[in-house]
Amino acid sequence: MTAASETVSPEKPARGGGRPSFLALLVANRLAAFGLAVLTLIALAVLLTPFLPLQPPDITNPANRLLRPFTEGHLLGTDQLGRDLLSRLMWGARVSIAVGLSATLVAALIGSMIGLVAGYAGGRTDNIMMRGIDMLMAFPYILLALAIVAVLGPGLMNALYAIAVVNIPFFARNIRGVALGLSRREFVDAARLSGKGHLRILLTEVLPNVLPVIVITMSTTVGWMILETAGLSFLGLGAQPPQADLGSMLGEGRKLLFTAPHVSVIPGLMIFALVMSINLVGDGIRDVLDPRLKSGALSRPAAATAVKRETTPAMPETPSDAALDVRDLKTEFHVGSDVYKAVGGVSFQLRKRECLGLVGESGSGKSVTAMSLLGLVPTPPGRISGGRVLYKGRDLLESSEAELRRLRGGAFAYVFQDPLSTLHPLFTVGDQVTEAIRAHQPLGYREAWKKAVELLETVRIPNAAERANSYPHELSGGMRQRVSIAMALANDAEILVADEPTTALDVTVQAQILKLMDALQDDKGAALLFITHDFGVVSEICDRVAVMYAGRIVETGPTEEVLSSPAHPYTRKLIDCVPVLGEPDRRLDAISGIPPVVNRLPEGCAFAARCPYAEPACQNGDIGLEDLGPGRAVRCIKPLAAATPEAAT
Amino acid sequence: MLAYFLKRLVMAVPVLFGLTIIVFLIMAMIPGDPATAILGAYATPENVARINEQLGLDRSLPEQYFIWLGNMLQGDFGRSYSLNRPVIDEVLERFNATLILAGASLVLCTVFGLLAGIVSAVRQFGWTDRIVTFFVLIGISMPSFWLGLLLILVFAVNLRWLPPSGMYAIYGGGGPLDLLTHLALPAFTLSVVATGVVARLTRAAMLEVLRQDYIRTARAKGLSERRVIYRHAFKAALVSVIPIIGIQAGFVLGGAVYIETVFQWPGIGRMLVQAISTRDLLLVQGGVLVVAASYVLFNLMADMAQHALDPRLKT
Repeated sequence: MTAASETVSPEKPARGGGRPSFLALLVANRLAAFGLAVLTLIALAVLLTPFLPLQPPDITNPANRLLRPFTEGHLLGTDQLGRDLLSRLMWGARVSIAVGLSATLVAALIGSMIGLVAGYAGGRTDNIMMRGIDMLMAFPYILLALAIVAVLGPGLMNALYAIAVVNIPFFARNIRGVALGLSRREFVDAARLSGKGHLRILLTEVLPNVLPVIVITMSTTVGWMILETAGLSFLGLGAQPPQADLGSMLGEGRKLLFTAPHVSVIPGLMIFALVMSINLVGDGIRDVLDPRLKSGALSRPAAATAVKRETTPAMPETPSDAALDVRDLKTEFHVGSDVYKAVGGVSFQLRKRECLGLVGESGSGKSVTAMSLLGLVPTPPGRISGGRVLYKGRDLLESSEAELRRLRGGAFAYVFQDPLSTLHPLFTVGDQVTEAIRAHQPLGYREAWKKAVELLETVRIPNAAERANSYPHELSGGMRQRVSIAMALANDAEILVADEPTTALDVTVQAQILKLMDALQDDKGAALLFITHDFGVVSEICDRVAVMYAGRIVETGPTEEVLSSPAHPYTRKLIDCVPVLGEPDRRLDAISGIPPVVNRLPEGCAFAARCPYAEPACQNGDIGLEDLGPGRAVRCIKPLAAATPEAAT
Repeated sequence: MLAYFLKRLVMAVPVLFGLTIIVFLIMAMIPGDPATAILGAYATPENVARINEQLGLDRSLPEQYFIWLGNMLQGDFGRSYSLNRPVIDEVLERFNATLILAGASLVLCTVFGLLAGIVSAVRQFGWTDRIVTFFVLIGISMPSFWLGLLLILVFAVNLRWLPPSGMYAIYGGGGPLDLLTHLALPAFTLSVVATGVVARLTRAAMLEVLRQDYIRTARAKGLSERRVIYRHAFKAALVSVIPIIGIQAGFVLGGAVYIETVFQWPGIGRMLVQAISTRDLLLVQGGVLVVAASYVLFNLMADMAQHALDPRLKT
């Protein structure tokens, strides 16, 4: 480990090796830990009830009826028959928990069996079984339980069965889904081919893999089941006197609500505490076993990227005549205690009416650079940590959200990569273009709509007036990208930022879109920042090019010069990746190795580890961007000579 | 739209059939001899034989089912022996009250659930979010029958703001205002759990949507944050929350059993509980079927709403 990577995350705690245990993870979740504590307390109390010095729960004593809580000898008071409430509460909780757990076990057993068989068998068996399960789910939750109790007659056991039956579908559905996926996997096929019987495969191969799902479903339903059995008892359909659970205590106490509310309030509080602690633990278990489902793990991006600059270059004395002047831009992503320096000091100028290509592999920081310009990097986890973005003598990193909003889609317009995910699926394309117009021009909806249709014509969408009423999913990929471009043109932008606009498209469509963008740029006189990983595309459209690697520009210059005589070994490799028609012998080497992870950047040249010409000096100090004549610069201590013929190794 | 509605309506028919089969099978599960159960003390051998013939219990199970279904389709749900009137009359009368209660709760849980979910997502990790999350947590673990009792204690007994029970005042009652004051407590109580569920899922859906590329596009267009959230994000989130609201209809219709008992609301839930304790099984059967069928219709409505909102579903 190098010194540089250690300074990146100094405060990262040293872990004792290995994954933290299940319990440690559960306790790390504060709410789950609280739930676990309450639950443990209740469980202990309930388990120890027979050994505690409590009064017998069923001894009536009319002389002491309806004593208030905190009466001497009766901590929680007494009920209408003078029975000690604390004692009844503990014994009642025992019954409630026992019944709830039993119902969960029964539902889990039967439901899992149905799910396993249906998922494993598939086909008709699956179809018929799941139809049956769907029918059960077509009933309002508690109603089915009520019908079952109605037939079997009131009683605690019958309530247990009823609640179990009602919950079978949850288990069957969850487990069937997983089992269905598992039964198509290789190891199950292998077991089948080795001559194992279906039952053995189910029990030894499939069951162990669905166990976590069963546990998750149990932990998320057991609270409900306790609640619902208590509910049935409350209605007088569960526990029958003299037997008592929390629900029946509440039900009986209800009649005394006006005179002695504590008789019903106390058992209710117990049910509530029990169910809430179980739900908390259940959520915690689900988060640990299946982190993808973790609620709230996703954080909401703010309207603009947070700017917390550690380094701010001085404002230039005379503003450059470039359309956009980016100086030493730095953007980081903070994930946990890791800091990913996605953009590590990028400077470039975008001149008026020119097209600048920003080229690099995925992860090189080119898109993040583009999105940082107007604060479109999601925060959290993104953060702009340095630099200036100068536009018309103003630093955009100092602009307010409102100012940024005026520029976004106004003077600056973006075209993004995948038009299916970047257009809103629920609005017509005409509406979306109209909205872009109205965000910056004081037009009524109809006028703006007319203009939107004109724009759609400009980007050569046939039958634009009709197509405007289409939704994105009804258009082809190329048409969708044309819509995105129309949206970007809506307010005569001075600067167009196109982030891999052709990557998601077919090759023939790519060419059309490129031609269109080229023509429109000439036509409208906008400056174009074109982001791509494809030097083939660069050669078609860009006047100048800047090559990015691991968050920094490693080479820049006029397109033809860079293409014909790349100075940085990385640039050469990228160019070599482009297939050329008529040169079948050309080697399409993928660049060996992978780009460095930007939270552990090595010292010196980030490309050194993959570079065929690397020498020890490459891994020392900070390597600057050296001038190589007019408009050309390279970040390399031994740039390739203009005419080295042998390049790739 | 109408064509789609009719198509879905036709597709709901097998579900309704399924419901009748399940109810029929449950009713066939009666332990012991149904005739004896019905007759109770009057179960002489002649009477049992007569009842068996009357009820068609001497025939095969499928045969019994189709006869039973045929009667049902003609609106003959049998006669309630405890109330001595046709089951269908009693059930429909009671169903009105339940529909008012469940409908009001559904409106409450939709409005407050969506609002809380959005606010919570927009102010993620802020104080509003924490408060909402806290109440959601309490809400979904709350035994509704207990909450009902607490609310009666506070608002009816102590503060005397609202009546503790019933649907209309016994003397001089009637009118929408009277209904509203009686409806407030039970409708709120019934909506609490559902509100929690809707809020939780709305929050998750909003957070999911806000990370989508098309939200970035909306921001890149220069739209105001309000428009980004309430037009672009909310519409997308709503599409995934609507089916959840449909499911809440089931919880609300089922939960009405407790709430109607606590607040003595003259609905179908309370009728069911009374019918079970008097062993009036025909009444139970009729009530369960009607409520279950209405749940199917609620889900159909949710389906239609989702369909109207999401053009991708039009195929």
